[in-house]
Amino acid sequence: MQVIPFLICFPLLCAVLMYCIRADKVRNVIAYAGAVIIIAATALLVMQWMMGGRQPMELYVHTEMVNHLILAGDFLLMIVVTFLCFRYKKYLICLLSIAPTILIAYVELAGPELKEIAHVRVDYLSILMCVIVGLIGSLIVVYAVGYMDGYHKHHTEFQDRRYYFFMILFLFLGAMFGFVVSNSLLWLIFFWETTSVCSFLLIGYTRETEAINNSFRALWMNLLGGCALSVGVTLYIYSKGQDSLQELIRYGKYLDERHVIAFAVALIAFAALTKAAQMPFSTWLMGAMVAPTPSSALLHSATMVKAGIYILFRLGPAMSEKASGNMIALIGGFTFFAASVMAIAQHDGKKVLAFSTISNLGLMVACAGVGRAETIWAGIFLMIFHAISKSLLFQDIGATENATHSREIESMHGLLYRVPKLAIFMFIGIVGMFLAPFGMLISKWSALRAAVDESNILLVVFIVFGSATTSFYWTKWLGKIISPTHNAVHTNVEDITQKSETLSLTIHAVLMIALCVLFPVLSVNYVEPLLIEQFNHSAEVIPTAVLYTLIVIILLVFLVPFLADRAFKNRRTNVKLAYMNGINVGNNTGFIDSFGEPKQLWMSNYYFTKYIGQKKLMFPCQLFTLAVLIVMMARILGGVF
Amino acid sequence: MSIYMRVIFIICYVVLAPFLGGFLEGLDRKISARMQGRVGPPVLQPFYDVQKLLNKQVIAVSRAQTFLLMTYMLLMIFTGAMFFAGSDILMCFFILATAATFLYFAAMITSSPYSTIGAQRELIQMMAYEPAVLLTCVGFYLSAKTFNVSDIAASPLSHILYMPGFFFAFVFIMTIKMRKSPFDTATSHHMHQELVKGLTTEMGARNLAFFQIAEWYENIFLLGVVALFIINNNPWSILAAVLVILAVYFVEILIDNTSARFRWDQMLKITWLVTLLSAGVNLLILMLIS
Repeated sequence: MQVIPFLICFPLLCAVLMYCIRADKVRNVIAYAGAVIIIAATALLVMQWMMGGRQPMELYVHTEMVNHLILAGDFLLMIVVTFLCFRYKKYLICLLSIAPTILIAYVELAGPELKEIAHVRVDYLSILMCVIVGLIGSLIVVYAVGYMDGYHKHHTEFQDRRYYFFMILFLFLGAMFGFVVSNSLLWLIFFWETTSVCSFLLIGYTRETEAINNSFRALWMNLLGGCALSVGVTLYIYSKGQDSLQELIRYGKYLDERHVIAFAVALIAFAALTKAAQMPFSTWLMGAMVAPTPSSALLHSATMVKAGIYILFRLGPAMSEKASGNMIALIGGFTFFAASVMAIAQHDGKKVLAFSTISNLGLMVACAGVGRAETIWAGIFLMIFHAISKSLLFQDIGATENATHSREIESMHGLLYRVPKLAIFMFIGIVGMFLAPFGMLISKWSALRAAVDESNILLVVFIVFGSATTSFYWTKWLGKIISPTHNAVHTNVEDITQKSETLSLTIHAVLMIALCVLFPVLSVNYVEPLLIEQFNHSAEVIPTAVLYTLIVIILLVFLVPFLADRAFKNRRTNVKLAYMNGINVGNNTGFIDSFGEPKQLWMSNYYFTKYIGQKKLMFPCQLFTLAVLIVMMARILGGVF
Repeated sequence: MSIYMRVIFIICYVVLAPFLGGFLEGLDRKISARMQGRVGPPVLQPFYDVQKLLNKQVIAVSRAQTFLLMTYMLLMIFTGAMFFAGSDILMCFFILATAATFLYFAAMITSSPYSTIGAQRELIQMMAYEPAVLLTCVGFYLSAKTFNVSDIAASPLSHILYMPGFFFAFVFIMTIKMRKSPFDTATSHHMHQELVKGLTTEMGARNLAFFQIAEWYENIFLLGVVALFIINNNPWSILAAVLVILAVYFVEILIDNTSARFRWDQMLKITWLVTLLSAGVNLLILMLIS
């Protein structure tokens, strides 16, 4: 079973190589090779786990050496953070790193004798996360090779530190693998903090003032979560004398809310909220956009935020029908709605994506908070769809920006006629995210039903209204891509997407389509066993036969007009100009104004910035969620002591 | 419900819905005309119109529009067929939303300013009515413990007894869905107003006929949902349902003829408020008693 340490250490080795090799060509080749090897190793892990009858693999009971190494790693992270905090004069933030590190070191060295546990545990959920990290993460690395080349050709104002960028990318992947296979919470904390620090370093890549400020915001929010995590784990260790995540969930499930474990679970869930960028901590993910696009793709899809979701899915059974579960469901549901409303007011494509990530994560968090088999089913599918779709969309926006020099949605007017390839990828990404019959919808369906079963009226209302606003911002974006008018004038846009970018985009698009068609198979063969493992019972949310009929019929519905259109092709259609009140100029891009002059026609979407802009809504939403968090945490704490 | 019954229901819907829908629209025009002191067109006028449209020379701004509108129509038929086959009601409305997206595409692809603005208003309308629609589904689920239309229809008591608030909210958003004033911002039903004909501005000949037929299918589906509030396992309830449908349709015509168009923000605010107050409060009560 050496493949797990390999998955954690190999990216580390790649990271060192990336840093040492300064010749671009050589480094690129090694990055490609690294990505391929990571995918292969992930596949090997999956194979080994399948050969073992898909039973949970519990490994590495005696790990004295590694424990010490990891403690040393904790200190190394602390030193890096402290150093950078002093260098940029953000002194207070380093306390958020020093305090938990010292706490953990104390617990490990002077705390109670820990029971012997398997430090690594690989089960269905871990395997799923490994596949997401391994596959999507590696593809993002492949994409980044091409993208960063174009990026530095454009942005000559930034110092070319690609060696550093790729180092962090690989480190990130390694940390994520470690995070999702760790059963020891002390190990988990280390990998948790590593991802926090990696994202901090990625966001600050350009070293602009804005980038540095945003990176420190991301740092303190995530370190705050790290503090909560450390305190929660410490409470657990002192109470039960062990640090197994699996046992914590078992205790959380069977002990009532007066036990200290309930508070430990709530603290860890709180930490996950910061990582999953839920309100009031969403601003760090918004700020993360200043970094080059591959890092956004990585933060939003395969790593970082998914770490928060992963831990919440794990804790789901322990939080179900408890105060902590209510807190998480409420925050998640509210974030789903509020972030989708704010997404409407954004006209920067990347910002829309960022808000939609926060919003979708909110739905996943709410699913985890409800903590029933049905909602975890829905949440898992949301996570899979979201990982692929967001990675695809971010990469596509990056490529579009390189080609058209803009990532404004308004400038994507008629993208389908200017950069068709990228527009089609964008279409697939968006449609896969929210249109029937695809997965997101089924997940929403299931989440809604579970919320009703739970009699969680607030969650029902949030899902219902959030669903309406979500459709709105996606659909208006889609409309922008297909409408041909004003930008048809300057059609001579050169598609400078490089081969590696196209490769990654294509694989994503194929995955997306395959997932849409095959998700009933995935549900039966993977997600339902996963639920049995977590809950001892599964949830047949929708009978598979029904799902299949639905998919087949809908595909037919799309096919019929397509064929009819082909058949009608030969029938003469008289193509005329659009209606301009009789004052056309000879094509569809303008009209004659009241002075008799030709005027260009310019059409833009609704944004309602005045009513629902980020500036107007973000602060009240943060205040509200902060109040909810404080009240609920106080309630849980009050119940315990 | 046996599989044969389901098939019969589907066939009935697919075959009869456009005739029923067209007939109702004919009545609509006639009654509206009488309200306005006109004689009005013959009741079968909508069919003459569609027949004429189908035989006209095809004139379009964009060739792709036919494909998009056909998909819209087929998805709409699919929605209704699923509903009348007794399938999952929430799923029906999800597919309806997908259908509406295709209508939006069909209007956006034309590059006409009138059509584009109409399409964007259509989107706002979708955002306005979707919460009420989804909440109605939730209401049925709470009241009947299932999303399956066939099971909902076979309950011992009419669901409207448990969900009057949902019924009110649903009828309220029907005004938007049936493109009636004051919520007809996307199409401006009355000719030659500020939007010319909204999102249908650039649809002509066969394409407009598709749009029209899809509207009929949609109306019958929506009225079917209204009937679902009334129908129970007593066969006489079907008669009651028909009466309620006619009453609802008449109220919609009355509203259409007595109100002036709202701005989009007024529409959104009022609709969401009604949804929250009427359906939301009903939801709260249902959850408390169950």
